[in-house]
Parts: sequence; C-alpha cells; structure tokens
Amino acid sequence: MSEKTEKLLDRKGLRLDGRRPDELRPIKIEVGVLSNADGSAYIEQGKNKILAAVYGPKELHPKHLALPDRMVLRCRYHMAPFSVQERKSPAPSRREIELSKVIREALEPAVFVEYYPRTAVDIFIEVLQADGSTRCTSITAASLALADAGVPMRDLVAACSAGKVEDLIVLDLNDIEDKVGSADVPVAYMPNLGAITLLQMDGILTQEEFEEAVKLAIEGCKKIYAMQKEALKARYVSVKEVEE
Amino acid sequence: MTTAAPTVVRVKQKQIAQLIAKGKRLDGRGLNDYREIKIEQGIIEKAEGSARVLLGETEVMVGVKIEIGEPFPDTPNEGVLTVNAELVPLASPTFEPGPPDENAIELARVVDRGIRESKAIDLEKLCIVPGKKVFVLFVDIYVLNHDGNLIDASALAAMAALMNTKVFNHEVENGEVKIKPGFTPLPIRRHPVAVTFAKINDKLVVDPWLEEEQIMDARLTITTDDDGNVCAVQKGGSGCFTLKQVLEAVQIAREKASEIRKKLGW
Repeated sequence: MSEKTEKLLDRKGLRLDGRRPDELRPIKIEVGVLSNADGSAYIEQGKNKILAAVYGPKELHPKHLALPDRMVLRCRYHMAPFSVQERKSPAPSRREIELSKVIREALEPAVFVEYYPRTAVDIFIEVLQADGSTRCTSITAASLALADAGVPMRDLVAACSAGKVEDLIVLDLNDIEDKVGSADVPVAYMPNLGAITLLQMDGILTQEEFEEAVKLAIEGCKKIYAMQKEALKARYVSVKEVEE
Repeated sequence: MTTAAPTVVRVKQKQIAQLIAKGKRLDGRGLNDYREIKIEQGIIEKAEGSARVLLGETEVMVGVKIEIGEPFPDTPNEGVLTVNAELVPLASPTFEPGPPDENAIELARVVDRGIRESKAIDLEKLCIVPGKKVFVLFVDIYVLNHDGNLIDASALAAMAALMNTKVFNHEVENGEVKIKPGFTPLPIRRHPVAVTFAKINDKLVVDPWLEEEQIMDARLTITTDDDGNVCAVQKGGSGCFTLKQVLEAVQIAREKASEIRKKLGW
C-alpha cells in the first residue's frame, strides 16, 4: 500500500485526522436500536460503525452443551463484506474466530454467569464499517447490549486501543495508524473494579513504552465508560418520556 | 486451553490454590520456574525444517515446509509466513478430530504474532521475483501431548524448527525459477520467546501445567525479543488482570525469556 511513505504526525505533533496524541475519535453511542434483540447497541467511533445484539438468557441448544452451574456465553464477531476497502468474504476468517474468542473472554468477567445455570446468552457483533481498533469498539458496544438485555453485570466493559506511531504513544488508533504504526495495544477495562479483561499487543515496544501504552489505553477506557453510562441513561430516560 | 475442567481437578482446586498462596506448586516447582525444556531438531527428514519440544510432559512437534508461491499484494518484496496449529486428537481426551477450533486458531495466531512482529525471519530474503514469486513458509504446529502451556511449547518448537530450516538454492532464468543443488539456512534475525502466566487466586505462576490451566482464572502470554522488547501479548481465559499484575508479568517474562535463550544457546 502507498501509505507507507505517509507521515502520521505533522510538525505540531497532530495526527492525520487532526487529533492530539491522547485524543479519542468522536464517539456516538445509541442503546436499544434493534426491536427483536433482548438488548442492542450501535456505536460509531471515527468511521467505525458497529452493531451489537444480545439474545438471552435462553435455553441452550444442543442441550448437552449446557453447564449445570452457569450460563454459556457465546460471541460472534463478524465483519460485513462491504466493511473494508477490498470485499471480505462473509465466511468467518481465522482472525474473526480469534476475535470472537477474545471478545467473549473480555466480556465474561463482567457477567454474573452463575445467576443463570443451564442457559445461553448469545452476543452478535456486526462490523458494518471498519476503521481500526474494531475489537475495542465492538466490546464497548457489546457490553452495552448486555446491559440493555438486563443481564446482571459487575460493571460495564469499556475498551480502547493505544499504539505507537513515529516514536509517539497515541490513543485510539484509526485504520492507517493501525496498519502503518509500529504497535497496537487493545485493552478492555472495567473501571469500577480496576480490572483488565482484554489485553493484546502486536508490534515492537520497549518495556517502558508498553507500560505507557497500557496506561494511556486505560485512560481512554475511562473516558469511553462515561459515554457508555450517558448512552444507557439516554435510552431509559427517553422511554420515560414516551410513557408520560 | 481445555474448556471443560474435569471434576477431579476442581476437587484439587483448593489444594493447588493454597499451595500457590504459600509460593509452592503441586509439582514442586517455584512460582516462576519452568518445567524442563528438551529440544530436538531435524527429526523429520522430508520437511525443510523440524523440531520437537518437550516442556515437562507437554510435547509439540513443528514441521516447516517451503513452497514457491505469490507474495501478498501489499508486501510484493517479502516471502510469506503462515502458521497453523493442529490439536491432534491423540494428544488429549478433550481434543476432537475436525477443522481447527478457536483454541487451535488462537494458538497458531499467538505464535505467528511473536515470530512476525519480532521480525524473526528476514522475509525480504525470501523474495525470488518481486511481486511474482516468493518462498512461502508453512509452519505447522502439531500438538502431540497436552499437559498445559501449549503456547510456550509451540512458540519454542516453531522457532527451533525455523532455525533448522533449509531453503533450497535456486536461480531465475527468464522469469522461471530453477532449483539448484544445495541448501541455504533460513535467514533468522531474532529469537522471540513466549512466556505464559496463569492467574490462580490472584497469584501469577509461570508455565502452568494442565491441572493449573484447568482451574486458572485467566492466562497471559508475553512474547519478548532478544533485546527485551515486548512484541506480542495475549490475554486469555474468562478472568481479568490488574495493571500491576500485567507490568509484573512483563518484567518476569523478560527475565525468563533471556534465561531460556541462554540455556538453549539462542
């Protein structure tokens, strides 16, 4: 790709989209957007457009997969064929299978799985448009969909990435920064519990840079967490108005 | 890696956790001790490179095959690296025949990330005709016995097999690749080592064996390169970590990786 020669930071230290190094992209969240799902959320973060839906708790089929002491949490992360520059085959790729697993494991610590034995909760995530850090944006939306479905949770899970572009640790990588930058550290975090529920990294960072990136990502998670709470409130405040 | 924890182990859960609280482990190791590592290279003559790693009772074989193929359009001057993992049914009662499941895919992708991101192999040296023909490396991880910590064993086996890999000599005549007699070793630049931790009752242990894996809350793998830089991280399992635990793990992973490199002469 031709972006290789492109400068990711200008002389003032601003990024290609005009953001400061520690600035998030604009985020828009809406909760309860699908009428059939038990819970749902739609999020836009930069050009990311992602829908998450939750079905359950419900009976698990096939039954032998049910667990006697807890619910089974299932997650499917999927990218629409038109979500990226070159059409993506709709069949699940190895990347999507891995992400489905790590996203599930990022949300599971938040859910009281023992409250609903022998049941299943399905989380479906559809990336309608991808613009970098989609796993984080997906987790932010999916945790709201779980809350919207009334699944008992310890905390909301907020997620955000940090990374390195041109020797600088920056927050919330977009597509170009992810591809051309030298490291990507996605983090999911439960702010009330101080718990990291997803942590991955690829690229090369020194020990100090890695520490800085994780800390910056956690700060990003905290900002997103505030927006998640606002979006949840907005959903239920508006319901009240309709009733009046 | 196994999802269904057998009841037997759940009975032992308390014992394992209590021992770990005292800084001891059921198999006599300290919290930051690895099991014995044994490596054999060049065990499959028909593969271009191969290795077998024993990590305690965990046994992983890796074979490297090389073919000539096309480069990816975005990296026309680089050879192609593909890593695949098979959790062979003979390795554990919990492995079933069939296409790779999410555990096998995660295993392959974590090993792949360590090798790729550390730039362990000079992929540009594997280019034959830019944009047209390159060497394609197939790294196939074959788990033969599962006694825990497949990631570290597989990452070691993959590197050992790559270090043992020979590329056939060739020349290009009018765009055609001709194989010449003789071989050249694969251009290896770095030696990434993965170090995996299990979190049990809020304590971290290095190189968890099967029973520890079955009761652990969460798993964290940190891959570092020869200079101690972090090049891949993966959290797994349905638990969580504090920032302090993560930073502590990075420090221990660097020390353990350099110990392993020294012991193996890498």
